[in-house]
Amino acid sequence: MKTIKTDIAVIGGGPAGLAAALAAKEQGAALVTILERNEELGGILQQCIHHGFGLHRYSQELTGPEYAQRFIDEVETSDIDVHLETMVLEITQDRVVYAMNAKDGMMRIEAGAVVLGMGCRERTRGALRIPGHRPAGVLTAGAAQRFVNIDGYIPGKEAVILGSGDIGLIMARRFTLEGAQVNAVVEIMPYAAGLTRNVVQCLDDFGIPLKLRSTVVHIHGQERLEGVTIAEVDDSWNPVAGTEQYVPCDTLLLSVGLIPENELSLQAGVEMDAVTGGPLVDHRMMTTVAGVFACGNVLHVHDVVDYVSEEAEVAGSAASAWLQSEKTQVPDVTVKAGEGVRYVLPQSIDSRGEAKLFLRVTQPQENVVLDIGGLFQLKQRVVRPSEMIQVKLSRKILEKLDSNAITISVAQEVKAVG
Amino acid sequence: MQNRHFDVAVIGGGIVGTAVVRELSRYTLRSVLIEKEAEVGWGTTKANSGIVHAGFHDKPGTNKAKYCVPGNALYPALCQELDVNFRQNGIFMVARTDEEAELLHTYLEQGRENGVPGIRLVNAEEAVALEPNLTKDTKAALDAPSGGVVAPFELATALMENAEDNGAELLTETRVEDIAWDGTSFTIQTNRGSVTASHIINAAGLFADRIAAMVDDTSFSIVPRKGEEYLMDKAMGDIVERTIFPVPTGWTKGVLVIPTVDGNLMIGPTGETIERRDDMATTAEGFAQVYQNVKTLVEGIDPSKVIAPFAGIRAASDRGDFVIEPSSVCPAMIHAAGMESPGLTAAPAIALDVVRMLQDQVALTKKPDFRPRRRPVVRFHQLSREEQAGLIEQDARYGRIVCRCETVTEAEVIDAVKRGGRTIDGIKFRVRAGAGRCQGGFCMPLVMKILSRELGIPMQEVSKRGGETYQLKAAAKQFLTVEEAVQ
Ligand SMILES: Cc1cc2nc3c(=O)[nH]c(=O)nc-3n(C[C@H](O)[C@H](O)[C@H](O)COP(=O)(O)OP(=O)(O)OC[C@H]3O[C@@H](n4cnc5c(N)ncnc54)[C@H](O)[C@@H]3O)c2cc1C
Repeated sequence: MKTIKTDIAVIGGGPAGLAAALAAKEQGAALVTILERNEELGGILQQCIHHGFGLHRYSQELTGPEYAQRFIDEVETSDIDVHLETMVLEITQDRVVYAMNAKDGMMRIEAGAVVLGMGCRERTRGALRIPGHRPAGVLTAGAAQRFVNIDGYIPGKEAVILGSGDIGLIMARRFTLEGAQVNAVVEIMPYAAGLTRNVVQCLDDFGIPLKLRSTVVHIHGQERLEGVTIAEVDDSWNPVAGTEQYVPCDTLLLSVGLIPENELSLQAGVEMDAVTGGPLVDHRMMTTVAGVFACGNVLHVHDVVDYVSEEAEVAGSAASAWLQSEKTQVPDVTVKAGEGVRYVLPQSIDSRGEAKLFLRVTQPQENVVLDIGGLFQLKQRVVRPSEMIQVKLSRKILEKLDSNAITISVAQEVKAVG
Repeated sequence: MQNRHFDVAVIGGGIVGTAVVRELSRYTLRSVLIEKEAEVGWGTTKANSGIVHAGFHDKPGTNKAKYCVPGNALYPALCQELDVNFRQNGIFMVARTDEEAELLHTYLEQGRENGVPGIRLVNAEEAVALEPNLTKDTKAALDAPSGGVVAPFELATALMENAEDNGAELLTETRVEDIAWDGTSFTIQTNRGSVTASHIINAAGLFADRIAAMVDDTSFSIVPRKGEEYLMDKAMGDIVERTIFPVPTGWTKGVLVIPTVDGNLMIGPTGETIERRDDMATTAEGFAQVYQNVKTLVEGIDPSKVIAPFAGIRAASDRGDFVIEPSSVCPAMIHAAGMESPGLTAAPAIALDVVRMLQDQVALTKKPDFRPRRRPVVRFHQLSREEQAGLIEQDARYGRIVCRCETVTEAEVIDAVKRGGRTIDGIKFRVRAGAGRCQGGFCMPLVMKILSRELGIPMQEVSKRGGETYQLKAAAKQFLTVEEAVQ
């Protein structure tokens, strides 16, 4: 078994891993190693051939591969060590990483710090326990996206899409453009799960019906999928009897949520947040295991990649800084989600510095204010669970803080009289 | 296949048929197994609880009691010979009320009479000490240490592979449609031509009564009974060590908590008499029933950890017992039917007895060169890092992970194809690629590519499990008209 020593081991070469590696380098780490299981860098972006990446970061509408390429080019001109087709099997608490590939065999990588950037996986039919038979033709939207965009095959001719997550919306358009028919996108919530712009550009522009407050209650077909029964749901998401409707289709795409892939993190002893499904982190993106950092979709599911890059840069440079001096910037304030807020990241910050918070609300609302721990309030015209909100806390504002906890909550705006 | 003659034709490649044909392959016989699906093991054998029962549930004097305990006793050696995962984790039947605790004595007595080894009663304190996640309601438990868990599909494929190594033949995608008996031999009509055979073993599971009826034997019929099962993430796998049973209240053994041989947790099954023999749909009511029941047995089962719901159909006979006998109408056909639970457990013992029944009709000679062992299977994820390193050095294909959830390598998938895997599910059940928490989301395209390459078929012809179960309808752009494509 080969033993390798490195300063920073970055697990995953998607947008998070790429940005973290570059930032670590920038911050002075001598040896940075990216471990990626695919045959190329770029992660899931490589199959996202549609436009819409980089609006915030570059004020440009890039495709996924174009966005990824900007980082890949930078990595390639740096001396960052990249291992492709390399699977990480295990990360220990003291930052030993076991990884393997066909060329180098099994590797024992002793890392000064580890940055987790493994991304997420899609929720499956099994996890939803959708009743019915188990025919071919039921697959996750991401798997279908890979078949169409990378492998060059179209799974079916007539589809129903369950869930209105962004990949599902994008795939509704892709299927249509490929000459297949999309009979409906079915969403259990009263609003779409994906970005509004995707609802408009992928469904509305093609006349694909979005059925809200509805779900698939039965899957039909012994061999290949023949159709699904959909039904409306009540306030507790139970199907309403009498509203069942049979929709023929040979393909059911599932876009029903993404789950951060934290099996390796758990092995390393990292503590998880039950709401995000990702590690608990501080303002450095450091997890509860010293020297192990996390960023990107393994930390929490993002809607736009630009924020992933930003968050990963924090993680990468903090990992490098931590290596140089472990005592820097220990957090002293906990951050909590209050009324109307689903989660806030990071879960702890350092009041002596500045901080950036990422948060999601629990439901869409108009004209609300975000209360930031009583320190200040932010007016928001619309808030949606699908759209992550960023809040900057300057050093000056944090100086005013006289407690060791901040709670972020949503309040309906009180109209001033007169 | 036209007009070939066999000494024995086994109809049905479930656990019973494969166990029988493997037993037959010890003898100098021309034997064939005829299976309608693309691979063996896809009937009830694929979809059950995977428990090797101890044998205290069955009333003495029944065929179930007769074959269960001996079948259980054959398991450790059989699984070792064939290199199949088997774990003797033991069984607890848990009483939650004083009434139920009283009933445990009946099962203890019944178990003793059936010859269940090591069976005993344990009090609440000991039960909870041994299984800390049993609920506070636990009053007492019946402990049957000989109970175990196995991967039934894996065992069926291993039995078939070993039978083929020893000269038996396998016909897949071959459905028996009619049988004629001319007094000395059977002509077996299938969708792919006909063969003749001197003897038939009827192991056709859910359709065993139809096979019997083909020789005008209507002495039994199959009453299908569905069972829904819910497989859970490995994160739940350690919640219990033993398989936990309730005290039965009705016809079935009740809803169980099963730590599977692969390290998952499974909860189920339900028991519902159904009309159609292909009704393998799972239902919301089924899950609710399963979950409500297991909650009263074991604490901490998280319903959000389900990764794969499925249903299997028990091929119960209208006699309420296994039908293991030469046909009364046409004795050259021997039935191994009515195989509801504990059919999986009983199968090895039934196979021995079926061969004995055949010996009553015809003299059999043992092959001197029978090879009982199967070529060992490499299970990469079960090896130490050093062993894994060594394997990759020998063969770079061990260095490529196909299934990330279950850590399955390309070399293992290719080996599964060599051993008879033809389909996505066939690979999944053999080497677990796609059996993990992402349910093939990531590895299905990779597995399909390997199947396409190794079998020399296009991607669109790679199927989930034979028949019309294709995953890909066409190459991209194929649905577009020329004008659309040009645009
Ligand atoms: C939910 C559930 C849970 C269970 N749990 C357990 C358990 O924990 N322990 C236990 O011991 N038992 C259990 N059982 C019972 C056990 O699964 C069965 O007894 C066993 O699998 C039966 O095997 P078989 O070979 O008879 O049938 P099958 O596996 O159904 O095999 C029959 C085969 O015959 C083929 N066939 C049928 N007709 C034709 C035809 N005309 N031509 C060609 N081929 C044909 C079919 O395709 C099939 O492959 C359970 C059953 C169910 C449903």
